[in-house]
Amino acid sequence: MSKAGREQALTSEFMRRADSWRQAIERIRRLSTKRTDDVEDALRVADDYRLLAHDLARARRLAPASRALEYLESAYAQTHASLRKTASHPGYALWSLFRDQIPAVVHELRHYIFWVTLLFIASTVAGAWLVHTYPNLIGLFASPDLIATVERGELWTESLLNVTPSSVLSLRILTNNIVVSVVAYCAGLVFGLGTFYIVGLNGLMLGCIFMFTAQHGLADGLFSFVVAHGCVELSVMCLSGAAGAAVGEALIRPGEGGRAKSFQLAAMRSGKLLLACVVLLVGAGIIEGFVSPNPDFPLWTRIVIGVGYWLFMVALLRGWLFGRSRSTRAVAV
Amino acid sequence: MNEHLSKSSIDASAGSPDLRIDSVTGVDVSLRIAGIGARAYAFTIDLFIRSVLSSAWYAVSALVYNGGRGLETPLEASPAWYLLVVTPASALYLLYHPVVEVLMRGRTPGKRMVGVRTTKHDGALPGTGAVLVRNIFRIVDSIPVMYGVGLVTAMLTRNNVRIGDLAAGTVLVYDHSNVELPEYPGERTLPGGLDNASAEILDELLQRWPTLRADARHHLARRVLARHAPDVVPAEDDASLRLQVETLLKGARA
Repeated sequence: MSKAGREQALTSEFMRRADSWRQAIERIRRLSTKRTDDVEDALRVADDYRLLAHDLARARRLAPASRALEYLESAYAQTHASLRKTASHPGYALWSLFRDQIPAVVHELRHYIFWVTLLFIASTVAGAWLVHTYPNLIGLFASPDLIATVERGELWTESLLNVTPSSVLSLRILTNNIVVSVVAYCAGLVFGLGTFYIVGLNGLMLGCIFMFTAQHGLADGLFSFVVAHGCVELSVMCLSGAAGAAVGEALIRPGEGGRAKSFQLAAMRSGKLLLACVVLLVGAGIIEGFVSPNPDFPLWTRIVIGVGYWLFMVALLRGWLFGRSRSTRAVAV
Repeated sequence: MNEHLSKSSIDASAGSPDLRIDSVTGVDVSLRIAGIGARAYAFTIDLFIRSVLSSAWYAVSALVYNGGRGLETPLEASPAWYLLVVTPASALYLLYHPVVEVLMRGRTPGKRMVGVRTTKHDGALPGTGAVLVRNIFRIVDSIPVMYGVGLVTAMLTRNNVRIGDLAAGTVLVYDHSNVELPEYPGERTLPGGLDNASAEILDELLQRWPTLRADARHHLARRVLARHAPDVVPAEDDASLRLQVETLLKGARA
């Protein structure tokens, strides 16, 4: 028999196995769409994987430009993905995220959190000093309307509820805060400089405006407005800044895997902290919409809410709310 | 898991580099990487879908809110206007990608229509965390306009990935899960010396029959019949000609 004839015979014989490929891919589709709980099916997938690997290797040699090869490549890739898929337990995954993973990330990023917080405090002090020394500089940080309102001896926060209902105000504020946090995290991509800019600018503005209101005898009123939501809101700004700084450092000083791998690891790790930030900002937004602008809440209530929510944030980030204790941590380590 | 690139040469995605993933069987998994064309096409379809959904929600809910008197924002809008009309419409538009990709494990209707899917570097489906991080970095990819950064990054990177993919460790690959196998002569004896390659051509001709121009499909069908069934007189009308090709492929002449 000629070589070509032999190849044709081999190929024809090989194609007789097409039915077993169809059955394999049918099984994978059933399993991936969860239309079956058949244990037999699940056990057969491992055999299918070996069968498809064997036949794919033959198809690459015998039928390199055929639809059979394309079919086998696809079936093999689907089986590979299906075998590598972890079991789906959304409830447990969420619990594990808040109990173990986020506290671990906070621990890993503690130095970033410290330095970013220091940057925020330093820029707040710098902002206050700037306006104290050069009062006209407030024009760089506040709108003309805001300046005019404060110069009339009023706070712009006093009329917030007259203009917008609490629910709408909450929604706007929490959306805006979440966007700022996400941008602070993503800005870490510019080797951390973008994150430092956002954190620094926010600190500078806070210091400037507090000093400006103090110069007009309104600092107490502003403190009363800010304290309920601000404790967590400003802390979250530092946390998302720390997440962005970690991304930036991964690009500046990549590990052994290279810059791309280092960036990916840092982004995935810090992203978990960002999720906690988003959850906390939803609460802060609700407080800022319903409590902060409402004059019926006395100062002590606002302080209790602000400090209480801040302690809740600490408990969330340490995993205490989900049953994490020192002994759990030791086991996890 | 190691991955490396090679060139491959089958079908419309020919020329795209492959993502090759080592496997325990010793036979590597080969996934063809989608380029910026497929990426942009899928995004455009999704953009259309989310725009329609968002506009439809706004239109219907605004009409209901205004008692059928128009779509304008009321002069004194109540919280219900923002919470039931504006917010859901904005959320449909802005959260479409993260929500749909989480629910569909890295796929969207646009990607499905184009035939691409997101995968991790080891060939597994991306998890919720990876999908969310991939979408968060859209903020960077979309600047300054029209996904400028994302497009440039996709053009410059080895695996044609945007920054969101780099952050999440994902790749966009072609998905051939809808490829069907024809009946091969090896499975059933056919007349006319039909070999495997011819069987695939016949099957593809039948699959593409509705999309080919009538004169083109008739020309192809007659050539196939002349070669593999010379004693069959090709029919004049479309339906009979198609039936003859189907019969030839099934191996049972009418």
